[in-house]
Amino acid sequence: MLALENISHNFGEFSLKRVNIRVKKGEYFVILGPTGAGKTLLLEVVAGLHIPREGQVLLNRSDATAIPPEKRNIGFVYQNYSLFPHMTVEKNIAFGLKMHKIPKKEAEVKVREIMGTMRISHLAARHPHTLSGGEQQRVALARALVIDPEILLLDEPLSALDPRIQETLQEELIRVHRARDVTTVHVTHNQTEALLLADRIAVMMDGKVVQVDTPQGIFNKPTSSEVADFVGVENIVIGEVKSNEGGVAHVETEDFDISALSTYMEGRVKAFIRPENVTLSRTSLKSSARNNVKGRIVKITDLGVTVRIQLDKGVKALITKNSAEELGLKIGDEVYASFKATAVHLSRT
Amino acid sequence: MNGRQALKGVKRHPTSLIFAIIGSFILIFAILTIFNMVFRQLVLEPENLVKAICDPMVMGSIGLTLYSSFLATVIAIILGTPLAYVLARHNFLGKNIVESLVDVPIVIPHTVAGIALYGLLMSKGAVGTAFSNLGIVFEDSMWGIVAAMLFVSAPFFVNAAREGFQSVDPNIERVARTLGANQWQAFYRISLPLALSHIFSGAIMSWARGTSEFGAIIFIAFYPMIAPTLIYYRFTTHGLTGSQPIAVLLIIICFVIFMVLRVITKRWGQHRVSP
Repeated sequence: MLALENISHNFGEFSLKRVNIRVKKGEYFVILGPTGAGKTLLLEVVAGLHIPREGQVLLNRSDATAIPPEKRNIGFVYQNYSLFPHMTVEKNIAFGLKMHKIPKKEAEVKVREIMGTMRISHLAARHPHTLSGGEQQRVALARALVIDPEILLLDEPLSALDPRIQETLQEELIRVHRARDVTTVHVTHNQTEALLLADRIAVMMDGKVVQVDTPQGIFNKPTSSEVADFVGVENIVIGEVKSNEGGVAHVETEDFDISALSTYMEGRVKAFIRPENVTLSRTSLKSSARNNVKGRIVKITDLGVTVRIQLDKGVKALITKNSAEELGLKIGDEVYASFKATAVHLSRT
Repeated sequence: MNGRQALKGVKRHPTSLIFAIIGSFILIFAILTIFNMVFRQLVLEPENLVKAICDPMVMGSIGLTLYSSFLATVIAIILGTPLAYVLARHNFLGKNIVESLVDVPIVIPHTVAGIALYGLLMSKGAVGTAFSNLGIVFEDSMWGIVAAMLFVSAPFFVNAAREGFQSVDPNIERVARTLGANQWQAFYRISLPLALSHIFSGAIMSWARGTSEFGAIIFIAFYPMIAPTLIYYRFTTHGLTGSQPIAVLLIIICFVIFMVLRVITKRWGQHRVSP
């Protein structure tokens, strides 16, 4: 459907370095990465707004690298909505149809239909600057969808909205994607958003795609410490696999030993453990499938709903405020951190 | 508007007051100069003003001034808009140099500009020869006036139009491209309408600048006399009594036209607001 092959490009301070991505038809594909990773530039290459210095853009198996944006039939939604300020909502949405020379009657029907789908019919005669952020983004989505694009490109579409609106629009994106089955590439730096929406995720850093996987794969089995760090796997320890019994590897690290579900038989590895998979208790919860690390609390960070507890052995746990209060945790307390063997992901260093 | 609202209710420090007092001097200086002349003419010597209105040479020169600078502005719009757009949208090697070149006519003394224009456009000049073969003569003709006005006023237009295009979010144009608009359509359906208020205020500035030009024009076209030339000529031959009525008449006419254009073009920029 969409294939990017060895794309390299520079624009201003952003660059793309040999990017390879394949997006399947009807897939909801998320590109996740920190600010400045080149995500927007990549979308603009897909849209034809930049011709890459090297590499190919394939749309439906044919080379589209040099096809101008107006001939690609790709819908684009920017973070800042980018509505045409001098046109009403209705005219904004009709713009693409007008450019594609769709007969007026037919265009009117399509515009009305998509406004219904996006629940913005009542805004038809309004100008963009009179709308709220959420409303503007609905209009931007409608404007991109009305041309029946082959691919819908979303560049941080929810980042400028407040959390409550973000949530409803996330649901909206899922609903629209299901209903229209439109291949979607969504760029974001927000992990939750990626986790919620994506069929697959590509993690992009410093112009490079560093990992492509399902959301579960990315979040539970990051292949590098950069990815792990970015997706919030706060526990990364280096150790050595000493033995493997029936798929459970025994890893020795500097401070403690770990059992991990793995096929590795030996060698140096990095172990990744998500902090929310670590539980804390006052007494040791000995069980064969669980790892138990005894440590002293050195830092407690209040994150609102959750609390991050850091132990002297470098282990971090993310627990609810409620359970932190129940345990009566304070700095200097001795606790047991435990996590399942399945919660540990090993990768070669 | 937001800035003004933000200041409401904030206790002012004396600094603002001191600045306001100092700043008002410059305004008083400008207003006093104009008011003194207009008042003297309208109230103390209205008969001379009436005489000037009835003088076909005076009205002819004012008409010629306004018409020539209108033509110069039209040419500036046609030639300057694409330049302004390129400067606003593209980065290229030597862009700084091009931008400085645009401003050259603002920086150089206008008598210097006049001499230079004369050298270029006179019948034996580098460009003047080519034009005279086409039947267009600049020396002592309206085209000479238009050329000089264009030279001095184009920078004002180009800079204003460039600011206008810069104020349009490039992403808006990019979205238009993805929606099926080619580069030209994205320009004239999106960027141009959105920059229109800047373009018009630039055009008004350019027109006003052209109307006020004297130094660059007299070298190439002392005749036919535009109003500033006539004012200078009457001043040297008849003194203040002969020149001041024309000056006041020119000011009043320009002011009226300026206000009318402002009122007409004011509402054009209103949908540019985006929260």
